[in-house]
Amino acid sequence: MRRSASTEARDAASLVLWVCPVNRAARLIPALGVVAALILLLTFAVGDYQALLLKGAAVTVSLALCSLVLATTLGIAGAAAKIRGGRILRFIASIYTVIARGIPDIVMILLFYFGGQRLLNAATEAMGLGVFELSAFVAGTLAIGLIYGAYLAETFRGAWQGLPRGQIDAAKALGLPTVLAFRKVYLPQLIRAVLSGYSNVWQVLVKSTAVVSVIGLADLVGIADKIGKSTRDSFMLMTIVLLFYLTLTIISERGFGWLERRSDRWAS
Amino acid sequence: MKRIILALAASSILTAGAASAETLKVCAEGAYPPFSKTNEAGDLEGFDIDIANAICDEIGVTCELQATEWDGIIPALLEKKCDAIIASMSITEERKKAIDFSEKYYNTPARFVARSDADFTIDEDGLADMVVGVQRGSVHQDFMEKTFPEVELQLYGTQDEVYLDLQSGRLDAAIQDSIAADDGFLKTDAGDGFAFIGGNQNDPAIHGEGAGIGVRKEDVFLKYALSAAIAALRENGTYKEINDKYFEFDIY
Amino acid sequence: MRFELALQHWEVFASGVWMTLHLTALCLLIGGCIAIPVAFAMLRGGVSGWLATGYVYLFRGTPLLVQLYLVYYGLSQFDFIRETWFWRPPAYLRSACIEDLMGWKVCAADFIPSLRSAWWCALITFSLNSGAYVGEILRGALKNTPKGELEAATALGLTDKQVRRRIHIPSAFRRALPQYGNEVIFMMHGSAIMSVITLQDILGVGRWLRAKYYVPYEGIVASAILYLVITYLLVFAFQLIERRYLRHLNIKAPGAERGWFGRSAV
Repeated sequence: MRRSASTEARDAASLVLWVCPVNRAARLIPALGVVAALILLLTFAVGDYQALLLKGAAVTVSLALCSLVLATTLGIAGAAAKIRGGRILRFIASIYTVIARGIPDIVMILLFYFGGQRLLNAATEAMGLGVFELSAFVAGTLAIGLIYGAYLAETFRGAWQGLPRGQIDAAKALGLPTVLAFRKVYLPQLIRAVLSGYSNVWQVLVKSTAVVSVIGLADLVGIADKIGKSTRDSFMLMTIVLLFYLTLTIISERGFGWLERRSDRWAS
Repeated sequence: MKRIILALAASSILTAGAASAETLKVCAEGAYPPFSKTNEAGDLEGFDIDIANAICDEIGVTCELQATEWDGIIPALLEKKCDAIIASMSITEERKKAIDFSEKYYNTPARFVARSDADFTIDEDGLADMVVGVQRGSVHQDFMEKTFPEVELQLYGTQDEVYLDLQSGRLDAAIQDSIAADDGFLKTDAGDGFAFIGGNQNDPAIHGEGAGIGVRKEDVFLKYALSAAIAALRENGTYKEINDKYFEFDIY
Repeated sequence: MRFELALQHWEVFASGVWMTLHLTALCLLIGGCIAIPVAFAMLRGGVSGWLATGYVYLFRGTPLLVQLYLVYYGLSQFDFIRETWFWRPPAYLRSACIEDLMGWKVCAADFIPSLRSAWWCALITFSLNSGAYVGEILRGALKNTPKGELEAATALGLTDKQVRRRIHIPSAFRRALPQYGNEVIFMMHGSAIMSVITLQDILGVGRWLRAKYYVPYEGIVASAILYLVITYLLVFAFQLIERRYLRHLNIKAPGAERGWFGRSAV
């Protein structure tokens, strides 16, 4: 049973469109434009500080994205260790979840910023290297990534264990190669099962980035806090920050909601 | 002699493992006007910052300044996040247990600030029902805890936050460096209606001998080089230039 | 490594634990009172529904730290707020005190919210925040109550009001328990930011220790351990409560490991 090249191509194209929906994204552009205009308008209200606030917003968004990448990696590793690992790996993975979920984000960030530097110094000294400074951005990314990696590990593991076993057996019985079975049978269902948990974690993670300002990171909150205190207009500045985060979380919610509907259709 | 010390200092920075031989990483603060504050472009400026840059010029290195939260500034030095603290830090016996200091680069007394119409006195009875604000980890916190242990104390991360809550009325009084309070608060619009209360508060055991540059204990050469640089700035008039930019009298 | 410092100052840490715990408990209590009408309003729709939804979106969609800054530093900059009772209760209430109530001095003014005090600012912000999160949890639970359960109650001759109070709410509360347990822990963790507005909670004490003895992380590690211990005591307590109140549900569903770790909900 040979599949024609054109079917393959169409499959590939639909997968690409699913992952990166160009035509759909185009419709979002006006909405995003309105939101950007709103934020710009508000930042104009604080005049001279506009450029600084926009820089801070960029730091906040990149911090959130970097943390999400780290959290996803740790989540996959953690889930794999819990599902497939031996006793030792499973033990390490559960110690990791216990610690990561038992300590507040702000405490974790402070721990990484100071304690992490101590460990890093010990390591570089042992190797005879100079001091590498653990910046606020890196410490924040590590701390937030570590915390939410533990949550994602649970999300991923739950999704994997929730897969209908019958389908896996069926794929095996049909003689599908492992890679193909993973791509065609598991992955679509995994994505669907993971999406809602993943979007939850992302929403909480975004809000956690605000806390990194306490170790002096010049993110949106840190900058707005400093400006607000020196101009004595924290109210205006914090309102801008509030609206920024609100926009970010609402866009994410809509985006993930759309992806979930999309994956429901695709997987069923 | 000075040249030799400076040369040794440059090599000590190198071995201390700074990012490169030509930079000295300096922890500054950023919310302690007029000594340090953050301007509209997000850069640090103020007396401490100018002094830091002048000292680095004198030693022949570039200052790499980083804003650090005050209550973590000594830990940051100890963890080698920076090589020196130039942040109006008083040289005290307590701090000398953890780090070392250059000679002082200025010395001004501490004073209380309160509403101009406040009519309490600075003693155990007068402060009894008052809420007093200080910066966490400052000599003023030590002073209050030792001298007036019964008084309700509120600890803040930065001095700017102390002024904000003083102005809004959350605090009845605050104690801090008199020059910092004068230029950073009383002479500004926000300080309208506030004044110093009581005289200079001076307990040598707590307040120490003035503000110095903090360094790690092992960086002995750096310490001497910084002291030598301060002396040189006093001599060649650079210090006076910087001093006059901010203050009407010599604060050394 | 000078961890003996934390042990020497155990009394200060104990006061920090008390600050964290009592404030968290009060916020959850007040938040719960806000959450019930909010959840019903959201389900009913209309103008009150829109308002409730807006409230929930606002507080769930923004960081607690920013909310706290807005209340503590933002509101205090306005003169017109500083001139009202909400800034500082009037003198006659401040002087109406019982000098010795079980060793505490209690004044009438202590019961009136005052934005002047950091404690009240934290309480107000955290309560509103918790109200939004719990409201959303309750809304979900109320909405997902099996129709048959309510129809059965109506068929038994219960009035609408009775159905709501005897069947709908208790049933939803029970099913919301696991998520509520998560919310309790998140609130406790979230409360750690109160140290930025001068309150000496567990983290505040840790930072105090750091500033006092110039030790880089001993204070923070001690705080972290305390949070870890309290978190798992709470997890354990909620497992006991769930075992008691969720007995009737099929809680041993395949693939769904029980306990806090088993949940993906955040």
